[in-house]
Amino acid sequence: MSVDGRADAPTGASGDLISPGIAGLRRIATTSDRGDEIIFPSRERYIDAVRALKDASFVTCSDLCGVDYLTFFDRALPKGVKPERFEVVVNLLSLERSRRIRVRVQVPESDATCPSLFFLYPGTENMEREAFDMFGISFVGHPDMTRILMPADWEGHPLRKDYSVGRVPVQFKDAPGPR
Amino acid sequence: MSDEETATVNGGGIDRAGVEVLFDEERVLTPLSAETSEGEQELAPSSTTNPAELVIEQGGVLRVPEDSGLDPSAGDAHFGEGETMILNLGPQHPSTHGVLRIMVELQGETVLRSKPIIGYLHTGMEKTGEELTYVQGATNVTRMDYLSPIANELVFALAVEKLLDVSLPARATWIRMLMSELNRINSHVTWAATNGMDLASTTMMIFGFREREMVLSFFEKTTGLRMNTNYIRPGGVAADLPDGWEDDVEAIIDTIGSRVDEYDELLTGQPIFRERTEGVGIIGPELALAMSATGPLLRAAGVPWDLRRSMPYLAYDEVAFDVIVGTVGDTFDRYAVRLNEIRESIRIVRQILEKMPSGDYRVQDKKITPPPRARIDESMEALIHHFKLFTLGLEPPAGEVYVAVESPRGELGCYMVSNGSNKPYRMHVRGPSFVNLQSVPALLRGGLVADTIAILSSVDPVLGEVDR
Repeated sequence: MSVDGRADAPTGASGDLISPGIAGLRRIATTSDRGDEIIFPSRERYIDAVRALKDASFVTCSDLCGVDYLTFFDRALPKGVKPERFEVVVNLLSLERSRRIRVRVQVPESDATCPSLFFLYPGTENMEREAFDMFGISFVGHPDMTRILMPADWEGHPLRKDYSVGRVPVQFKDAPGPR
Repeated sequence: MSDEETATVNGGGIDRAGVEVLFDEERVLTPLSAETSEGEQELAPSSTTNPAELVIEQGGVLRVPEDSGLDPSAGDAHFGEGETMILNLGPQHPSTHGVLRIMVELQGETVLRSKPIIGYLHTGMEKTGEELTYVQGATNVTRMDYLSPIANELVFALAVEKLLDVSLPARATWIRMLMSELNRINSHVTWAATNGMDLASTTMMIFGFREREMVLSFFEKTTGLRMNTNYIRPGGVAADLPDGWEDDVEAIIDTIGSRVDEYDELLTGQPIFRERTEGVGIIGPELALAMSATGPLLRAAGVPWDLRRSMPYLAYDEVAFDVIVGTVGDTFDRYAVRLNEIRESIRIVRQILEKMPSGDYRVQDKKITPPPRARIDESMEALIHHFKLFTLGLEPPAGEVYVAVESPRGELGCYMVSNGSNKPYRMHVRGPSFVNLQSVPALLRGGLVADTIAILSSVDPVLGEVDR
């Protein structure tokens, strides 16, 4: 394995973007925020974009999470990206380049589904289950799309912005449900 | 919109519509007991798992794609009904390091599939994080991984500082580094203790906790608390190091340095320990990377990936240390990696003792850190700053950042979205234990049920962080 643990230079600050040099990412909006490189593929091009990045040495998916932009809908997005309520945020890592790249996918509320990365990165298994559990974003193609942190019969998705905190202080067995 | 509406639009059956291909709607779940039933989250018997799913499911819930090195023909489909049994380990089991439940499917004494079932410690810390201001937030995150509170606080503080775009005084950075390394020593020593306990070495257990107490006493002296210190805060650290800290730290590293040699003597050469750990629970570099494993689990598999070295933060590029890697990726390698990481941390701490700069221990921007208590009595400005900071807090500009540090367990990341208010709009923590736990079914597969305990212990999950 040609994995060299030592970076030539500390990352983050070095400004040049990687994604314009990758053929599979053409015409996908790219921005740089505080030294982090971010790409915004559409849901349709999401898998292809991630596969292109995987081929370009981003061999590990370090993190995947959901964000609910219900009360912060007017966030800054590059031109051509239509804001939707949910976002799936993926952090990919290249060991060779010692670089991270972030992928943000818009997921509409009316159809809260997103293709699963499981077959590219099996390590997203727990993360996608967590995003499903917390936001109700369903990952198509994931082999075990069940809740992971909340009980199986829980109603609602706790990290959604319209889910209030502290509604059920303690959950008792056989007690009436959340509402 | 109420939750009820949300649930009917996106929850329940409609959510799952997309994955129907892989799910047999008719499959009957037979929970082991209604008391602990987690419903569909449980490991279903292979007889009720459809063949298509079972093929993907090689290695338990792991479900690694076919090109990942596991042999699909070594599957379980050929075992008929009654030849295998599903056994429940936990959630109340001393070796699960918390409340982790592992369901293992056994054929005789051999583990076929397994599935960790988690969530018993879930307290909604990410949701709580959205309700607390940036100033209060550190008290929340420090409770996630209770064996490395400093790392949790550090990643939170770094994320907030990256949002604010402030740079720290040198002393603050070096104090953070000192505390992080002491924390790593503390965490690895505790791991050695509990791992010894799991392998029936009660001596190791007593040794480890004895050494841990030294570090915790220093934490108490410096921060006021042994655990959950809330010491590293956005803008610096809560207080300067106490007088005479050099002597304390030197005593700690001298003692633990020599005691690590004792551990080495006690365990490394011991035939029983080696028998139980060598060749047990092997994971290769490709699979470890595919499973997003980090920390000692990844390094034991031979990948020299350490964020302190590869993507340096704090001042890790100014100290000399080695990244310890294993060759086989078995339980023994993970033990060896951790043991030697204690030595490397001691090496780093020695350099910090020499190089510790003088100066401020936090940013002198009164919009970020509070003024000294004495100033409040004499300065109106200081009083206002103090009041504003602890009522309103700080307001970073809108944006989103991802920051990662090398915690004792691996890559601890924090993804933070700011909408310009005084609370994080979203605070997501990428817990290394949560992610590393996915590798457990791959490690267990084909091993003996007795090795399950040794393997699980070598992954070193902290359930507070798994469930958050």
